[in-house]
Amino acid sequence: MGALIQLRNLAKVYQSGDSEFAALHDVNLDIERGDFVAITGSSGSGKSTLMNLLGCLDSPSRGSYLLAEKDVAKLSRIELAKVRNEFIGFVFQNFNLLSRTSALENVELPLIYARVPPSERHKRAKESLERVGLGHRAGHTPSQLSGGQQQRVAIARALVTRPPLILADEPTGNLDSATSVEIMKLLTELQKSGMTILFVTHEPDIAAYAARKLLLKDGAVITDVRQQPTVAEVGVQPNYGSASS
Amino acid sequence: MISIGETLRLAGRALRRNKLRSFLTTLGIIIGVGAVIFIQSIGEGAKSRVRAQIESAGTNIVMLFSGASQGPGGRGGAGSQPTITWEDLRAIQTELPSVRAVAPQINSQQPVISETNTWNTQITGTTPDYFTIRNWPVSDGALFTASDQASAAKNAVIGQTAAENLFGPGVDPIGQIVRIRDAPFTIVGVLDRKGQNAMGMDQDDCIFIPLSAFQTRMQRGLGKFVPGRISISAVSPEAIPRVRQEVSQLLRERHRLGQDEEDDFSTSSMAEMTSMLTSTQDTMTLLLSAIALVSLVVGGIGVMNIMLVSVTERTREIGIRMAVGAQPTDIMMQFLVEALVLSAVGGALGVIFGVGLGQLIAPKFGWTMETRTQVVFISLAVSAGVGIVFGLYPARKASRLDPIDALRYE
Repeated sequence: MGALIQLRNLAKVYQSGDSEFAALHDVNLDIERGDFVAITGSSGSGKSTLMNLLGCLDSPSRGSYLLAEKDVAKLSRIELAKVRNEFIGFVFQNFNLLSRTSALENVELPLIYARVPPSERHKRAKESLERVGLGHRAGHTPSQLSGGQQQRVAIARALVTRPPLILADEPTGNLDSATSVEIMKLLTELQKSGMTILFVTHEPDIAAYAARKLLLKDGAVITDVRQQPTVAEVGVQPNYGSASS
Repeated sequence: MISIGETLRLAGRALRRNKLRSFLTTLGIIIGVGAVIFIQSIGEGAKSRVRAQIESAGTNIVMLFSGASQGPGGRGGAGSQPTITWEDLRAIQTELPSVRAVAPQINSQQPVISETNTWNTQITGTTPDYFTIRNWPVSDGALFTASDQASAAKNAVIGQTAAENLFGPGVDPIGQIVRIRDAPFTIVGVLDRKGQNAMGMDQDDCIFIPLSAFQTRMQRGLGKFVPGRISISAVSPEAIPRVRQEVSQLLRERHRLGQDEEDDFSTSSMAEMTSMLTSTQDTMTLLLSAIALVSLVVGGIGVMNIMLVSVTERTREIGIRMAVGAQPTDIMMQFLVEALVLSAVGGALGVIFGVGLGQLIAPKFGWTMETRTQVVFISLAVSAGVGIVFGLYPARKASRLDPIDALRYE
């Protein structure tokens, strides 16, 4: 079995009038199953473009993208939606939860589009919420939850379809440092349980949680290093239940 | 596409989130459908009232008139010159199997004097068969008889209105004497109440006397010719055209009219009158329904407007749904079903509103309401159709959003 993600000469060019702008050129990258990767770089370096392509939210201009041996570079919008549903869990900087909708229902959302019947849906969403330590907040709406709790609901939503890949775009960008640590510990746990996690960050101490660090500049990967990740202290469980931050 | 139950649930929840807005949007449809139902019900009610009034004049009736005069004195209307003889009448009665009964009638507006009052009313001379044809029994006493007709007996049958005006309330008219043109007539029967006819005339303001008595007391006849109009009742409504044809054929033969000569009589049937009056009603109903339908379309535009606002407002929600795996058709169905639910609920409320309004208003004006289930179903189908037609564009717009742009939308 090859790497979970295989990018070959992947490029994204934006056209505006006569001029072209290459947001990403000829990226070659393999990401193995179970890896924990941080993508860093200044703004305009192509991080977001790469994340959008990896997340199947956008199609590349050139090159190939194999996700779990499946070529997803030239899929239709409908097929891309299926791939997102089945293979990818998203975590966003601003959480992107549906407002005035309970945590449980937010977590259920991907299962609705996976055509999972209601009873199983509730069960799985509940399990997923328990896994991020929010089983007791299932009925709360996002506005009744703290930032850290909202991000954990978002992570539960990303987990619920049991995708092989989790993509997190600045997952701690809107959180204070104590809460950021909690979220990174949670992601570390998930990675330990066998998931592949990619996250974008511009904070070095957050990037330090990853086992592999990529640095992007001007639309190309300029450094790709393995590192000893910051390990969450063994035996100290973060206090998920309290309203932090 | 996700299941329709799921989509309905989503739609219901989104609409409940903005209750006032959903209601105001629906109001356009409610008023549109309500107006259609109301107008149709009133129209249908008016139509059946007209039909009932015409039928109260008697069912299956063919009217026969003496022909128009063709002489040097100029043309006259139907009935202006007597051409039909008593012999003709007897032939129609006995020779034509489709004819059930025949009765001539002649009338005149005359003052009638009782012991206490004088009342100007319609006096009709006819034969007892007339009451069979008009399906008009007595509520008290008896009709005058064939022997009364034969002897020109001065017996009279009176309508309820005339009776009340002549004798006052609480007085039994039977056996009372009234004077018509100085001749005393004895009231032998009081007729059942008939109400207004199709023209709004009170049919109970009348007195009937034997035709023979009418001719001796009021208007000398020409002996062999039948005066006035002749009512013929057919054995069934279906037999009406046959009766007209047979009567026409019989009279042409009896009057020895040649191929190129015009009829010296004419016939008409109540069916013609019914269809004429009801078709006027139909035209009015159609016109008003068209106006109501326009308001339904305006309601539909309201639905489209609010759906477009909703799509814009919920751009980020659409982005989130797409990111977690909603397909374009899922998004499209979500908004389409929302529009459909809005207008279908509006349609249902509109039916209730229309019927309710009718129940409230109709009695005040003495109208009758008759709501046909067919119209209800058509209105519901049309309002659902309006939802689909006007929901399609916003739904398509939502489904075509780019997930990245949608997620970034503030």
